[in-house]
Amino acid sequence: MYSEKVMDHFKNPRNMGEIENPSGVGTVGNAKCGDIMRMFLDIDENGVIQEVKFKTFGCGAAVATSSMATELVKGKTIQEALQVTNKAVMEALDGLPPVKVHCSLLAEEAIHAALWDYAEKHGIQIEGLEKPKNDISEEEEEEEY
Amino acid sequence: MERVIYLDNAATTQTAPEVVDAMLPFFSEHYGNASTVYGLGSKSKEAISKARETIAGILGAKENEIYFTAGGTESDNWALKATAEAYREKGNHIITSKIEHHAILHTCEYLEKNGFEVTYLDVDESGVVKLDQLKAAIRPTTILISIMFANNEIGTIEPVEEIGKIASEHGILFHTDAVQAFGQVPIDVDALHIDMLSASGHKLNGPKGIGFLYIRKGVKIRSFIHGGAQERKRRAGTENVPGIVGLGKAAELAASTMEERTAKERELRDYLMARVLKEIPFTRVNGSRTSRLANNVNFCFQFIEGESLLIMLDMEGICGSSGSACTSGSLDPSHVLLAIGLPHEIAHGSLRLTLGADTTREDIDLTIEAVKKIVTQLREMSPLYEDYMKKHV
Repeated sequence: MYSEKVMDHFKNPRNMGEIENPSGVGTVGNAKCGDIMRMFLDIDENGVIQEVKFKTFGCGAAVATSSMATELVKGKTIQEALQVTNKAVMEALDGLPPVKVHCSLLAEEAIHAALWDYAEKHGIQIEGLEKPKNDISEEEEEEEY
Repeated sequence: MERVIYLDNAATTQTAPEVVDAMLPFFSEHYGNASTVYGLGSKSKEAISKARETIAGILGAKENEIYFTAGGTESDNWALKATAEAYREKGNHIITSKIEHHAILHTCEYLEKNGFEVTYLDVDESGVVKLDQLKAAIRPTTILISIMFANNEIGTIEPVEEIGKIASEHGILFHTDAVQAFGQVPIDVDALHIDMLSASGHKLNGPKGIGFLYIRKGVKIRSFIHGGAQERKRRAGTENVPGIVGLGKAAELAASTMEERTAKERELRDYLMARVLKEIPFTRVNGSRTSRLANNVNFCFQFIEGESLLIMLDMEGICGSSGSACTSGSLDPSHVLLAIGLPHEIAHGSLRLTLGADTTREDIDLTIEAVKKIVTQLREMSPLYEDYMKKHV
């Protein structure tokens, strides 16, 4: 079902984890649909993404697209990172099954959400970046067993 | 090949070697068409009769009440569509449950588009159909009640005898999808007031592509497939003789080993459930703890998603299944898990493990260790787990 690259990124996710005091952090998706991605960015004074980490709740494709997205933006400038589209993520993974294309959209949204958070924290505007719409829409369940 | 721990016996089973042996001559030597007059054909005819006799015996039914089909899905389609058509003059109302297999649910949706009305009964938190709701749903126009014998995802065994009684008291036909139950639990169609019953070969170590529908004598039911005199003219087409022979053999084996096999499976099942619940936090067991198939375990692990879990289990050589959206091909998790009241995010983290006759204690121990490791890994990756731990620890 998945390409070798997807399986590789699922089995050995790159940049999984979190960054303490990140320059920007964004969370997209919602648990109801079964996918949540959180992206942490560390951006230096020159606007270069020095460090990036992710955490993901979701299927194999969700993990692989998150992992690939972090690789594609690491070391890039903010403007370059904005060019990392879901298509670019999919191509880098040698494609996704049609039902999983939404995972790559989430990866793109997660980068944008983290950049948006960075811009807000620093009181700046990033050209071409729109407010991410795909934020978690519901309060998380706190059920215990 | 590396050894596989196969814990998806509710999806399908390995065909038993005895079954394969019984089938093989009907490909090579005894290939005659059962409808012919010469000796070669009569071999096939005899073999079909023998399989029919075996199955009828197991159910306490008569031979001429067993109709071979291409499997459980066809049997379900036939039972519903043909009954609906035959009893249309009496009424247009059908009662079923929210946790049926899609072979029933999608057929009901089809019938709704064709002028029938369907009531989908709720189930309680362990997946048991609500009998008071069933009684209240009965109308003068109700022609059929179709409730599964045991659920394929959560293993809950329904109160079939009570449902059968209610149906017969009201003069309503009762069909049960027994695909998961036939060969796993004793079934007597008279004692349980069952008028029609669907079953499939490949769930009981028999071949795929073969099943049967039991139809009580006297039930008006239309032919489903036209074009020949096979199956008392009700299901035309040259018989799948090797399949029928295999199904007969598998049913015979399943019935004769049932007590011993299910006792062993039940013990391993309870051990698996107990250890996982004890050793992995934020875990629940879905389905009834008392009225449950001996080979079925269904967990939900909070904060993780089922497909990831399945892929990682597969990497360890363990086959299971999940009711997560990603495995259902839609955005919604399993309708069964939602019907027992689970929120979407919990239902996404489900894992079904279904044991078989060959499952060993060692298989279960290895599986528990693998599940523990994988659930921990996936939780470390999960933003939901991170949020929960930050809030509560």
